[in-house]
Amino acid sequence: MTFKILRIRDYFQMADFGGTDLDAFRKEVREWVEANFPASLKGKPNPMTGEGRADSPSADHEAWRKAVGSKGWGTPTWPKAYGGGGLSPAEARIVQGEFARAGAYNPIGGMGVMMFGPTLLEYGTEAQKNEHIPPICRGDLQWCQGFSEPGAGSDLAALATKAEDKGDHFIINGSKIWTSGAQYADWIFCLVRTDTSKKHEGISFVLFPMHQPGVEVRPIVLINGQSPFAETFFTDARAEKKDLVGPLNGGWTIAKRLLQHERSGISGMGGGGGMMGPSLSDLAKKYVGVDEDGRIDDQDLRNRIIRNSMETKVFQQTAFRAMAESKGNSGPSAATSIMKNAGTWLAQERHELTLEIMGHQGLGWEGDAFERDELETVRAWLYGKAFTIFGGSQEVQSNIVSKRILGLPDLTQNK
Amino acid sequence: MAVLTEEQSMLRDAAKSWVQEKSPVTAFRKMRDSGAELGYDVAAWNEMAEMGWAGVIIPEEYGGSNFGYLSLGLVLEELGRTLTASPLIASGLGAASALILGGSDAQKGEWLPKLADGSAVGALAVDEGPHHKPEKVEATVSGGKLTGRKSFVIEGMAADVFVVSAKEGGKVELYLVKADDAGVKRTRLNLADSRGAANVEFNGAAADKLSGGAELLDKVLDRVRAGLAAEMLGAANQAFDVTLDYLKTRVQFGQVIGSFQALQHRAAKMFTELELARSAVEAALTAIDNDSPDVPELVSLSKAKMGDTFHLISNEMVQMHGGIGMTDAHDAGFYLKRARAAEAAFGNQAFHRDRYARIQGY
Repeated sequence: MTFKILRIRDYFQMADFGGTDLDAFRKEVREWVEANFPASLKGKPNPMTGEGRADSPSADHEAWRKAVGSKGWGTPTWPKAYGGGGLSPAEARIVQGEFARAGAYNPIGGMGVMMFGPTLLEYGTEAQKNEHIPPICRGDLQWCQGFSEPGAGSDLAALATKAEDKGDHFIINGSKIWTSGAQYADWIFCLVRTDTSKKHEGISFVLFPMHQPGVEVRPIVLINGQSPFAETFFTDARAEKKDLVGPLNGGWTIAKRLLQHERSGISGMGGGGGMMGPSLSDLAKKYVGVDEDGRIDDQDLRNRIIRNSMETKVFQQTAFRAMAESKGNSGPSAATSIMKNAGTWLAQERHELTLEIMGHQGLGWEGDAFERDELETVRAWLYGKAFTIFGGSQEVQSNIVSKRILGLPDLTQNK
Repeated sequence: MAVLTEEQSMLRDAAKSWVQEKSPVTAFRKMRDSGAELGYDVAAWNEMAEMGWAGVIIPEEYGGSNFGYLSLGLVLEELGRTLTASPLIASGLGAASALILGGSDAQKGEWLPKLADGSAVGALAVDEGPHHKPEKVEATVSGGKLTGRKSFVIEGMAADVFVVSAKEGGKVELYLVKADDAGVKRTRLNLADSRGAANVEFNGAAADKLSGGAELLDKVLDRVRAGLAAEMLGAANQAFDVTLDYLKTRVQFGQVIGSFQALQHRAAKMFTELELARSAVEAALTAIDNDSPDVPELVSLSKAKMGDTFHLISNEMVQMHGGIGMTDAHDAGFYLKRARAAEAAFGNQAFHRDRYARIQGY
């Protein structure tokens, strides 16, 4: 099962961007995709991402990954100097549009692309960027995120995993939880405590390889029966000093920036969920039927489908508006906090509605009595409950909106 | 906020400062207390017309500025902030768009210049019962004479000319009917939101047909709905701003009540809904300017979304203000009353959700 994460900028592939300057580029991309995209992968999602990823890539996937990676088109707007595509936003939309047209997925993905790369491009040294960005652009290395801990969930800054300064390196002890894709990751970007006397100002942002004796990964089985997350334990794990990003004890600022990238990615699921696969109304026509006027034959359900469809459309309009107003100013804005809650509520509601529309057929766990789409619906419905928890729970997002955007004060009691 | 041209920014800024200086909510209160027959302050309307706001969508050859619907929406949004009552939507948007889209050269020449300079007021007479059902028309025309009853005609008391829906040979058409025709009788409605409205009876009044039929009616209504949604956006924004300010100043239990998380999260929800609603409102107005085929869908989206949002915020405004919000001396009640009247006008949320689904084929 797959769940494609659409970022806000992906919506642009739906819009028609013309212009003669870009026509030549569009032609070039189209021809290149025709020449390089393996037909066996047409219409399929990236098998190496999502909570139901494959164990090992096919030869065709590897060929496609290498082809896209060599052009830098998997990370189209990243600087060419580090292996990115060096494209303008308009050109990047053409690449995305041509991929979509050919039924081709972007084989370069994961947390390195979504969150870590953009953050390192902003905060990393020249040497760090030269070392770590090109493998992300080529899809050679996968990254995972070492943020949450058993005692530091919504209160992330309470994290306790300790990094001890050993001159040219750090020794790391502690554990992380909800580490997405830790079992497949080559490297981790990790928040560690380098000063116990301060909370936010005692956190550093370090990078280190997962393939070393001091790192142990135990996948966690979720309510949907799958294991997209893991517990990760560090016992005298080693991180080189050169892989400290930003100043010592200055990791919190970088972490917040990275979370903005993460949230803008998650919020995309809301509007994205509404755009992929059959519409709720088409599903309802199939499972519930229609009355003599062609309306879904369950007034109450129909009303709720309408609401979800309309809200999804408004969400997409808002994503477009945010892009238009930022006028190419890259990087997520304060609006991403609103978008995360709005988008995830919509996605969850869509899953609930899909399940309800399918009735008993939407309750299968496995077996031939159920269609593939029906089984996927059940798993996706359950996994979707995580949307309002990870990447800053909906309550944390509401705190951010009310405090940072609306300027509402903290409680003075118990301070 | 949509990406605006320099001219649009200037228009919006002009509207903003005029509203702040000349038409704060106290002006609306004064109009309400005076029991103004027309439901608006004529002097204020004259000033608005003088600034050209009545002719924003009217072509230049007829005395307007041909500035488009998004531009008019910017003005309406600012007016909505302080609940400024005026016939701008009924006349400068509703009647004007009916004439622009369906009028002959003679009809345009007779009415558009007067609508543009505010010397005449137009109004749409399309509803016949307690709910907006534009397809249900019992008024009829035969031999050029219109007979029937129209209800909740917004600015019906002020109108010099009505744009009336009626059936001729079983087909819905729009007609111009002069208000001073002997066959027109109007009864003022005294509404909770203190705005101008009337029930209008037509008894063989002379009717001058516009061309376009039911399709024209739909187009005109969509333009009015989109403009009304812009007014609602301004009002909802102001209601939110006032409420947020109160959360930051009202002290209970030794601290400002805005420090309580139960209220913070509701404030965050309102802000989120406002941001989403703004996108829908601006998209609908922009689609009209572009004469896009998805105007009906986007307009229904904006009216429904804006209705829900204004509904929520006007209720929260009263609740979060507590006892003071229940008093007539406070403005919260004005926003609550205006919200419901605006929701019901030209189709409430249920109407537009159903319409949206029908357009999408379910």
